Amino acid sequence: MDFSLFPRDLVAELDRLQRHMQQAFEFSPSIRGFARGGFPALNVASTPQSAEIYAFAPGLDPTAIYVQLERGVLSISGERKLELPAAEASVHVKERFGGRFHRVITLSDDLDPDAVRASYREGLLHVSIQRQQAAQPRRIQIN
Amino acid sequence: MNKTASVAREPRPVANAPADSTESPALLPPVDVIEDAAGITLFADLPGVPKEKLDVHIDGELLIIEGEMGLEMPKDMEAVHVEVGLPRYRRVFTLSKELDPGRMSAELKHGVLKVHIHKAEHAKPRRIEVSG
Repeated sequence: MDFSLFPRDLVAELDRLQRHMQQAFEFSPSIRGFARGGFPALNVASTPQSAEIYAFAPGLDPTAIYVQLERGVLSISGERKLELPAAEASVHVKERFGGRFHRVITLSDDLDPDAVRASYREGLLHVSIQRQQAAQPRRIQIN
Repeated sequence: MNKTASVAREPRPVANAPADSTESPALLPPVDVIEDAAGITLFADLPGVPKEKLDVHIDGELLIIEGEMGLEMPKDMEAVHVEVGLPRYRRVFTLSKELDPGRMSAELKHGVLKVHIHKAEHAKPRRIEVSG
């Protein structure tokens, strides 16, 4: 059992509870952290021809996003710079992520590293990776 | 989380937003709210929402932000891992009296919404001279 730093802070308690639940249900979290809750949030889908990865990464400069595919491991990294408030301004709510990020996902190894397309629109990064020809389902002709 | 008494000055999240039974479930976008002498600036992360599907409006005292994602998905797609499970965002704030909803601007860039609401002239900070 772990304890929160501020035992009377309800929000901190809920946060601790959430981490505790995560630990209980995700039996072996990856060494790079829990699968959920990172920036950018990721959705991964698969079709017979390709793997489709959607990264919810608003407010980035598209030229400063690094997408790399190596042996079926896709890594997305970069830095999100938030507009700094003026010195005399006061910040009431601060929920948005800022700073460097790096997310890594393991995909299947039948993907073709030379057939990757990536686009960034409306803060959504879409990476589409074709499967290797040999791995695509094919109908076998019967003679 | 800010628990001090200053909440009256900032748009605060409404826990029980107007109950509408037909309302579809939506994600709560993360926001930053910054206040200076001229007004309040709100940033909201709404990745995937195109301009045509974003709706920012004032309803009485409420500032309502709603957006729908415009994803075109390939057919025969099978979800493998899902962290964003809903295609829409919604968040409601209560505005305080000194803000002038008539002087509001909003822009959307790379999935980040920036809303600026000016303060009403009479509400701008003034220094009171102390005599004596």
